[in-house]
Amino acid sequence: MITIENLSKSFENGDDKIWAVKNVNLHVNEGEIFGIIGLSGAGKSTLIRCLNRLEEPTEGKITIDGVDITNLDKSGLRRVRKDIGMIFQHFNLLSQKTVYENIAFPLELEGMSKSEIKSRVNTLLDYVELVDKKDSYPSQLSGGQKQRVAIARALANNPKILLSDEGTSALDPKTTKSILDLLNRIRKEFNLTIVLITHQMEVVKDICDKVAIIEDGEIIESNKVDELFRNPKTKTANAFISGLDFNIEEESIKSREFKGTLIRLSYLGDSAKEPIVSKMVKNFNIHANILSGNINELMSTSVGYLILELLGDDNEIKNAIAYLKNQNVSVEVI
Amino acid sequence: MAKLVIPSLLETLYMVVFSTVFSLLIGFPLGILLVVTEKDNIWEKPFLNKVLNSIINILRSFPFIILMILVFPISKLIVGKSIGTTATIVPLSIAAAPFVARIIESSLKEVDKGVIELSLSMGASVPQIIFKVLIPEAMPSLILGITITIINLIGYSAMAGAIGGGGLGNLAIRYGLYRFQTDIMVVSVILIIIMVQGIQYLGNKMSLIIDKK
Ligand SMILES: Nc1ncnc2c1ncn2[C@@H]1O[C@H](COP(=O)(O)OP(=O)(O)O)[C@@H](O)[C@H]1O
Ligand SMILES: [Mg+2]
Repeated sequence: MITIENLSKSFENGDDKIWAVKNVNLHVNEGEIFGIIGLSGAGKSTLIRCLNRLEEPTEGKITIDGVDITNLDKSGLRRVRKDIGMIFQHFNLLSQKTVYENIAFPLELEGMSKSEIKSRVNTLLDYVELVDKKDSYPSQLSGGQKQRVAIARALANNPKILLSDEGTSALDPKTTKSILDLLNRIRKEFNLTIVLITHQMEVVKDICDKVAIIEDGEIIESNKVDELFRNPKTKTANAFISGLDFNIEEESIKSREFKGTLIRLSYLGDSAKEPIVSKMVKNFNIHANILSGNINELMSTSVGYLILELLGDDNEIKNAIAYLKNQNVSVEVI
Repeated sequence: MAKLVIPSLLETLYMVVFSTVFSLLIGFPLGILLVVTEKDNIWEKPFLNKVLNSIINILRSFPFIILMILVFPISKLIVGKSIGTTATIVPLSIAAAPFVARIIESSLKEVDKGVIELSLSMGASVPQIIFKVLIPEAMPSLILGITITIINLIGYSAMAGAIGGGGLGNLAIRYGLYRFQTDIMVVSVILIIIMVQGIQYLGNKMSLIIDKK
């Protein structure tokens, strides 16, 4: 659906030249929710804004639905933009227009007739559950309601792609969840491809299928979300995962401080629900001491890790570890 | 006294209404152009922007009285004579137009960059952004700007009265200053003050009522 090849973007500030995006290569499949996560200033907004050329790429190529959008002229670009909805951190609603008029705005740009606009807007209002707010102005709405108006507006033209530039970053956790649920529903019902950027791993965990981590303008890691959680390769990925609330700082556990053998189990999917550890203790003559652990519910599966101290005969421990490795969990001796 | 004051009041209203309309007709498009042709804006034209800025700055630096005398020939060309109430509308409009352009410019610049971005992301064209986004979003502030323009024009029109224009300013000078009829001068001044206050009040009210922010 979207292919980004060798994309770079530089900004010139007088004599200074900064590369906000450096040689990015990514592929997003149709119907996928693709997350791009990074710290503030990493280049996330610049990257996503290149996808509808709100920012002109300096180098590289972006293909959307087989069309190289980097070569389009103004009118071609305007046509492509109508197929790409976008939502923003600060909603960007028209402050002098009602909820109804805000959602009607893209349809008016299209020159659609009043009656067609009416029926389309009413359908959308119903879909985002804002029928009773239709004559309110943005200043009278909560953050979550504003973003729902923005989502309805972004969907008005039946786009194939939705871009979200920190669409939930200005919202509280509960509202964030409800907006993410809405995005997930939209994705399924409209077969929409969603690219979202965020600095919150929560968001990635809750709705993304794939994720890319951006640092200093470069994609340093990109993977399926469950794989990334199970096996983060970079320090940054680790930091993002351990930034999740219920995670325990792993580095505080030092193997030297324990008598037994420390192992770290990472498990994925159904194996997270099996009583693997209890079976291991039953089958082998060892004791297991649980030091730390967690399970994250991802969109379609669950992943987690567990740090155990194994006490007992060396040979038994070796056999126990071999047993675990057979149970679809990855084992790492710390 | 009413015989003297009422025609002058009507003359002032006539000058102010028409010069407001004409200065808006010239200044409004200029203000829009100043904004959209700016760097990083929706219709970037650096050269045009520079030229417009220079013209407006030069026009604004003329004292009104001098400008009025300088445009006497133009007034004559358009109206057929260079003094009188109708003729004064020409210099009033020319003097107020660059002021209007700046007022419109600053109102339009207050519009949140985010909504312009949003419009671009939806494939809006430049005219669509100007007429469906910039102007409606800036409307409360534009109304305040137009209010200030009208008030300035009331002041200018009174000044113009001193050198051949009609209206309350002219009346105050003719009777108050030259014939020492202080009562007429006082009445003229009070009428001008009432007009200014009334328009400011109306402008503030209107802006407040339509602002949904
Ligand atoms: N218009 C611009 N002009 C100059 N520098 C910019 C511009 N936009 C972004 N940058 C710079 O590019 C880098 C990435 O910015 P951005 O993409 O906004 O990061 P993020 O969205 O990840 O916080 C930052 O260093 C920022 O200062
Ligand atoms: Mg950003």
